[in-house]
Amino acid sequence: MSASPAMPLATAGIALQADDLHKSYGGTEVLKGVSLSARQHDVISIIGSSGSGKSTLLRCLNLLEVPEAGRLSVHGEALDLSGNRSRRFRRQMELTRRRLGMVFQSFNLWSHMTVLENVILGPCALLRQSRDAAIAQAEVLLDRVGMLNKCHMYPDQLSGGQKQRVAIARALAMDPEVMLFDEPTSALDPELVNEVLQVIRELAAEGRTMIMVTHEMRFARDVSSQIVYLHQGLIAEQGPPEQLFGNPQSEQLQRFIASLY
Amino acid sequence: MFELLIDYGPRLLDGALMTLKLTFLSVSIAALLSLPLAILRHSGGLAVQLPIRLYVSFFRGTPLLAQLFLLYYGSGQFRPELQQLELWWFFRDPFYCALLTFALNSAAYQLEILRGGLQAVPRGEIEAGIAIGMTPRLLYQKIILPHSYRIAFPALGNEIILMLKGGAIASVITILDLMGNTRRVFSQTFDISVYFWAALIYLLITTGFVLLWRLGEKRLTRHMQHQLNGSQSTTPITATRMEESAHVS
Repeated sequence: MSASPAMPLATAGIALQADDLHKSYGGTEVLKGVSLSARQHDVISIIGSSGSGKSTLLRCLNLLEVPEAGRLSVHGEALDLSGNRSRRFRRQMELTRRRLGMVFQSFNLWSHMTVLENVILGPCALLRQSRDAAIAQAEVLLDRVGMLNKCHMYPDQLSGGQKQRVAIARALAMDPEVMLFDEPTSALDPELVNEVLQVIRELAAEGRTMIMVTHEMRFARDVSSQIVYLHQGLIAEQGPPEQLFGNPQSEQLQRFIASLY
Repeated sequence: MFELLIDYGPRLLDGALMTLKLTFLSVSIAALLSLPLAILRHSGGLAVQLPIRLYVSFFRGTPLLAQLFLLYYGSGQFRPELQQLELWWFFRDPFYCALLTFALNSAAYQLEILRGGLQAVPRGEIEAGIAIGMTPRLLYQKIILPHSYRIAFPALGNEIILMLKGGAIASVITILDLMGNTRRVFSQTFDISVYFWAALIYLLITTGFVLLWRLGEKRLTRHMQHQLNGSQSTTPITATRMEESAHVS
């Protein structure tokens, strides 16, 4: 069932809340009314079989796909998605996106810029930071993901794992309320997966609010405070990892978990 | 053959200067025109796309010479009207007519080349820009246009060379460019070698241009230089070594 956690809790402490998101592509409804709420320091993993709508859900959260209906609020600032696409609405979308850090499956680093330029572009151009301040911050972030020594290289000179770590630093540089990860390790060679997971693990330990779509079930189980199981465009089950993996209620989730082992 | 060069060389050089001036100006005006048009053609609605498509198919589908005649001789038909609009000074001057025709013609080609570049920008990199909250303007400035111009660069160079040579037809409406002066010298001397010298000058100009353009291309693609060094996994290592040795030296 679509568990709707949209209780009238105090908005304080809620980093991101999505209510009743609907999204269809050419007549096919991919999201059929999904609600999701992330409190500060939550780490939420969205799991589900392919085609369940999990990537679409994540892309709807930062409005890379704009849902036809629903509401999205980031840090208490709400955006009504069924309204018309006015200039003001587009402006609000841009501002919302700046508060959400997105990490893509295929990294999507800007290939014509060096690692450092990739990381400072957002802060310089969007947050009006001075170049020096942005560089100082970028160096701290790149050091944290272990990429400081490559900061003058271009993305094409890096391995997949290195690119993804830079992409994480780039997202962090905007100091987002919530980090979104869309299958961050799915495009990586097996031996490169761990270096990226390690970085994400550290972010979780620091108390970063994160929502991710992942196929790394063991990892999801380890780091998540909550697991969301998506099935056919609806949240079928939701809860702490022990509960979902240890005691799955619905038949689909039982079958999904069985298929993993 | 060489005596001719001594007697008429300065005139040929004068012509070459005119050719360079005409090409440079028309190609530059075309570059300014083609960018906004390419963006509209790429992402505008049908109402904006249609007139642009018509414009492109006219200028690509008819001979440059015909376009030049149409503008230069055609405007003469409207002399009273143009005089009234105080535009006659422009259309009575063959240089301005040639400049306008060439600029419009080259803009049509450059527009199509740029449109190809716009279409080839990696979708994921645009998405990363949107995801970080960039405005459309910033997206174009920082991501889409740098990629498009890099992709379009070789083809744009080609277009400029074609314009440089195609510009020779300006001599037909009395402009004394390289070709115009060559024809004039030939009609006075009946020495066919003047055409040889003219060809040589054209060749020198285009060669110089090609070399310059290649330098520019190298600069624009410097982020891709290491791709050719081998498979993906070895590339970062090679690059690190290269950088390290660069630091040492």
